[in-house]
Amino acid sequence: MDGLTLLGTWIAAILTLCILSFLYKDNPFYKFAEYLFVGISAGFWVAYQYHNLLVPNLIEPLFGSAQGKGALPLLLTEGQFDLRLLTIIAGLLGLTMLFRFIPKLAWVSRYGIAFSVGLGAGLFFVVFLQANCLAQIKGTIIPPVVITDGGVDVGSSLANSLLIIGVVSALIYFYFSKEHTGVLGGAAKLGIWFLMVSFGAAFGYTVMARISLLIGRMSFLIDDWIKGTLIALGLI
Amino acid sequence: MKFVQWLANIDRRILFLLIAASVIVPLLVPLGMPVKVTPQAEAIYEEVEALPSGSTVLVAFDYDPAAAPEVHPMGLAFLRHCFNKKHKVVIMALWPQGAQLAVSAMAEMTDEYDLEYGRDYVNLGYKAGGDIVIKSMGASIADVFPRDMAGRPTASLPLMKKISSLNDIDLIMALSAGDPGIPAWVRVANALFQKKVAGGCTAVSAPQFFPYLQTGQLLGLLGGLKGAAEYETLVERPDAATRRMDSQSIAHLVIIIFIIFANISYFILRRRPEASSGGAPGAPPPSP
Repeated sequence: MDGLTLLGTWIAAILTLCILSFLYKDNPFYKFAEYLFVGISAGFWVAYQYHNLLVPNLIEPLFGSAQGKGALPLLLTEGQFDLRLLTIIAGLLGLTMLFRFIPKLAWVSRYGIAFSVGLGAGLFFVVFLQANCLAQIKGTIIPPVVITDGGVDVGSSLANSLLIIGVVSALIYFYFSKEHTGVLGGAAKLGIWFLMVSFGAAFGYTVMARISLLIGRMSFLIDDWIKGTLIALGLI
Repeated sequence: MKFVQWLANIDRRILFLLIAASVIVPLLVPLGMPVKVTPQAEAIYEEVEALPSGSTVLVAFDYDPAAAPEVHPMGLAFLRHCFNKKHKVVIMALWPQGAQLAVSAMAEMTDEYDLEYGRDYVNLGYKAGGDIVIKSMGASIADVFPRDMAGRPTASLPLMKKISSLNDIDLIMALSAGDPGIPAWVRVANALFQKKVAGGCTAVSAPQFFPYLQTGQLLGLLGGLKGAAEYETLVERPDAATRRMDSQSIAHLVIIIFIIFANISYFILRRRPEASSGGAPGAPPPSP
């Protein structure tokens, strides 16, 4: 580990400890690390978006780059229309979004938003319907009793039946056009149970995710920081 | 009863300490707990195994450093499997920082394998646009990524001369921390172009992808650190995820024990409302 990496590791480790100190109680070290993170993130994202979005998609096509001539110089010097000039429209639509910051002209931003919403809806309406609706409906149209060469496959039949009952009862719970009484009420209650089980599974996965992040940080502190420093100092 | 009341009002910092200990101790003293492989992880492994040597696999690094402790290890394990099988790998990212994480992953791979950039793998870098990027890649990858991450013309790379669009990709592995990620690849690459899509994601987002798995829209799924450890087990190369699973299991055990204790104390105190009349935080409210 070179000196610069070691310095970076120490800064990261100290900031990690500052953040973790919040678990004891709110304190100035935590606040310092929090504000530093917010500020650096904002700066990083502005720079990143400029270099990765604006430069390759707007500035280089229009004005040119080290690799080639831009569309505007081409038009102005050689009089040739280039398809890249269409990026001006996209650029202007993007610019309209910034009018949100001027209350009197905020309405201008609606053009950019309307275009992106319209484009998204037009391009992906069918795809969304196919992937998230039709394929899921198709996945629910399954035989409740699975018959194989050896007779009834009990395990698959149970799983299929459970899936069908779960989907139907959960859907009934979200059906509000009729009061949930009688059979409908019973089915809705069953739907709640299925929903609760799914929320429980989601909660379990969430706990797992959060613990994984903690393990990641602890692993960094033990391996990269403590062991890394000891190795760099030649102590181990 | 005093113990039950103490349990109901336990200082949360004691829980934090116990969780910290349950995470740190197994990291220092590994227990080597077994990792059980699930069918959804095995399905990805089998698919990579079944591909003929030299097939092209697209790996999308659609995550950021915040999700790296969970998703990065599965990316490494998956890449190792691909390079063991001599598959060609095309890397790209729908998340800005994903491309940099891919560079770090490939640095490890080039240390372990004899790989040549442009012939064995390419890193196309990041492109904003999510679904639209994938849809455009269905027509031409070079149009979407005219240059790779280092600025080289994509068309000049030997590997990319054989790959013009998504149709030339044999398998897509979406390493995802949200959207754009697995949902976008399923919506567009699978639904529109009928490409085989496998997924690796953070544990918190895994439950929402199981419907895709059940319908076959996803051929397999690695969920969180456990999914990464499963894949490391499958490729017989235990690494960071497997090492960390001991901590994960012990921490879960501590949480489960406290959930059980909390529920027991809750039900006991609910039956005796006078016992909980301390107003201490965490105590259940008296019954009406």
